[in-house]
Amino acid sequence: MVDPLAVLNAVVAGVLLGGFYAAVALGIAIAFGMLDIPNLAHPAFVVVGAFATWLLNSHFGIDPVLAGFLMAPLFFLLGLALYRLYHICFERRGEASLQGLAFFFGVLFITEVGLVLSAGADYRSVSAPYIGASLSFAGMVLPGRMLVPFVVSIAMIGLLHRFLARSFTGRAILAVSQDQTALRLMGVSPIRIKTLAFGLANATASIAGALLIIVEPVEPSIGRDFIGRAFAVVVLGGMGSFYGMLLASLILGITESLVSDMWNPSWAPAIAFGFLLPTLAFRSGGLLGRKL
Amino acid sequence: MTAPLLTVDQLTKRFGGFVALDQVSLQVAQGERLGLIGPNGSGKSTLVNCISGTVPISSGRVLLDRERIDRLPPHRRAQLGLVRSFQLPRPFGSLTIADNLKVAMLYAGKPSSDSIHDLLALLGLEDKAGRLPRELTQIEMRKLELARAMAANPRLLIVDEVMAGLSHAEVDEIVELLLRLNEAGVTIVMIEHIMRAVMAFSQRLVCIVAGRKVADGDPREVTGDAHVLKAYLGE
Amino acid sequence: MTNLRFGLLGLALIVALWLAGRLVTNEYVFFAGYAVAQYILLATAWNLLGGYAGYVNFGTAAFFALGAYVSVAVNKLFEPPLIVLILVGALASGAVGLAMGYLTLKLRGVFFSIATLALAIVAQAVVTNWEFVGGSSGAYLLRPTAGPWGGSYVEYLFYVMLVMAVGAVVLARCIERSKIGFGLAAIRDDELVGEAYGVPTLRLKLLVTVLSGALMGMAGAPLPFYVAYLDPPSAFNLAYAVNTIAMPLIGGASTWVGPVIGAVLLTAVQETAMVTISSAANLMIVGLLMVLFISLAPNGIMGLLRGVRSRA
Repeated sequence: MVDPLAVLNAVVAGVLLGGFYAAVALGIAIAFGMLDIPNLAHPAFVVVGAFATWLLNSHFGIDPVLAGFLMAPLFFLLGLALYRLYHICFERRGEASLQGLAFFFGVLFITEVGLVLSAGADYRSVSAPYIGASLSFAGMVLPGRMLVPFVVSIAMIGLLHRFLARSFTGRAILAVSQDQTALRLMGVSPIRIKTLAFGLANATASIAGALLIIVEPVEPSIGRDFIGRAFAVVVLGGMGSFYGMLLASLILGITESLVSDMWNPSWAPAIAFGFLLPTLAFRSGGLLGRKL
Repeated sequence: MTAPLLTVDQLTKRFGGFVALDQVSLQVAQGERLGLIGPNGSGKSTLVNCISGTVPISSGRVLLDRERIDRLPPHRRAQLGLVRSFQLPRPFGSLTIADNLKVAMLYAGKPSSDSIHDLLALLGLEDKAGRLPRELTQIEMRKLELARAMAANPRLLIVDEVMAGLSHAEVDEIVELLLRLNEAGVTIVMIEHIMRAVMAFSQRLVCIVAGRKVADGDPREVTGDAHVLKAYLGE
Repeated sequence: MTNLRFGLLGLALIVALWLAGRLVTNEYVFFAGYAVAQYILLATAWNLLGGYAGYVNFGTAAFFALGAYVSVAVNKLFEPPLIVLILVGALASGAVGLAMGYLTLKLRGVFFSIATLALAIVAQAVVTNWEFVGGSSGAYLLRPTAGPWGGSYVEYLFYVMLVMAVGAVVLARCIERSKIGFGLAAIRDDELVGEAYGVPTLRLKLLVTVLSGALMGMAGAPLPFYVAYLDPPSAFNLAYAVNTIAMPLIGGASTWVGPVIGAVLLTAVQETAMVTISSAANLMIVGLLMVLFISLAPNGIMGLLRGVRSRA
């Protein structure tokens, strides 16, 4: 007999989890969904963000969320540099597909091994007042370590969405994903806009990293678990659609939570694949997006 | 009269809400030389893409030798002898010039290394056989595009603006070449902006404006047609 | 050189190594030789799809580990000869390749790549939950003490892997110069144009995906006997995926020589680094070499050599 309250709790936990996934996927929704740059290394950067947060939190007692925002400018600059390198070496030569993918895969691997070498392979965690606490509401339990990342993630996505829709730069970023010639006619360099957008995508890794280490203890190779999830969510949501990505994240979070609670947690990482493959095969436009 | 080699029947192509081709019908007879003209953005290249299968059609039919081909994948159409060249040269970048021809010959034509050499010689590319496409000039690149299309042993060859950017003498050279190819039995549809070339080459002209066929007939009559003049010269 | 001559040359190499092996008394040589041959096989298999057709497979570990685990399962049931395990491994991984390819190869290459990345994760979840082959706690196998023709079992495994590796290289070279090879090159350079010139792109991509997957499965099948203890984290190690991509790209991905050079070079570097530095630093070297090569020498060592020759 399935207890309805247990199902409800699993769904609520799934919603919170999905909101957090959206924070990790946000950078990929920008880089891959809008700029067509398959940045496989993004989840590894998220883990770097988590370790940076750990450093700031354990040494200076800075709140993890604040630490994530403090590191964001640095991640932004690193993103600019990485895109420049990618552009010069691959995009400009027209060899973006094979070599570019392998490049990001290599960067992913280097980042991961670099973390092991510099910080060790141990699990790290942070402390903050809300991490052990929880809210109880009508029989449901909302743990702070899930609730805070959910709220921060939704806020971050909302802000970024507003920026893209309202500001001139934001609209130029949207335009670059549609039509580069039109942008050039407006006197804006598509490469500059792409550089900026990639920097922004990378900055989200810092914040997503802070959220990650609030959700669970982190070790260097944990980023891999999120590659499949993040790309699945971006493809399922429809390339370039923020709302689609968020919706897909929530669906993934809820499904994983139900499977973990009702059946077996070790199957959870496979669920993203279960979404990805049929989407690619039968509905390549995703839930809310353009056709591939 | 024999059956036409190519029949395009009521072909419509929509991109979202935009109608790129609106119920276009035309026929090309065996051995004919047809010129296809129209202003930029009128739908000529879309028509080529629809006939060769690069983009799916929205409605209508395309027949080669009375067989419907509009559901076949592009490679099947090429194997049946329907070959097109690309407007912007798109060589296989990592293959030598000779191997670029070899791909077409292996998969769509009749393989023999003699004819690769002959074809390259015909277009004055024989010295470049072992070179990579990026070492070619723009003009040589156009010739490669044409040579590769010929290597596919076409029955119907669609040449999409292969002469843009060429000099006077080079245009004449290519027209001469296409005429000879036609004499050898290849039906040719030429899409071209250079009117001198179109007029020298075509037995019949079709003009497309804004996705519709506005004229079809004798070249002199078509170029004198009021619709065509209006489209090209404006009011 | 004709394909037949090249094949005979491969055969001669196997015989020569076998004769040389008579003189070897140190087991370690066969252990190391097995690792090199295994990577030549994996890199060559990856390159059929990656180097020739330009489709990047990140799921080497999945195809490889699937071969290994199917081998564990079948061995537990029947204990058939090794050759049967290898064939079953090839069949299983080839079938997965077919399914993956059928579902994703119609889209742009990057989506196939992402799907393979996810495949590695899902395959690991499946194996971790497959209690019959040991699940998360892993499987122990009794390695026979002697090979079927005398000598140690590791020595026997080495020759088996050597034959497969040489076979794969000969196959790759045949494909490279065949009609299929030209079709694959067209796909790599410009798929749409290839299709317009008669290349049945989808069929060719499926063919090499299956072939590549099957070869990876074959490479994995003897693994349980080689390591004697197999658990999911080691069978699905990311190092397999990184190495099999790094090797062809460092050697030069458009020819059969590239993966061979890359495999020999990188295994040598790693064996040395493993002894002199740490194993993490070792992986760092592979990652850095790979990124450096694809950024600065996109056609690998073979491309550099060709450049030097054409300038001379």
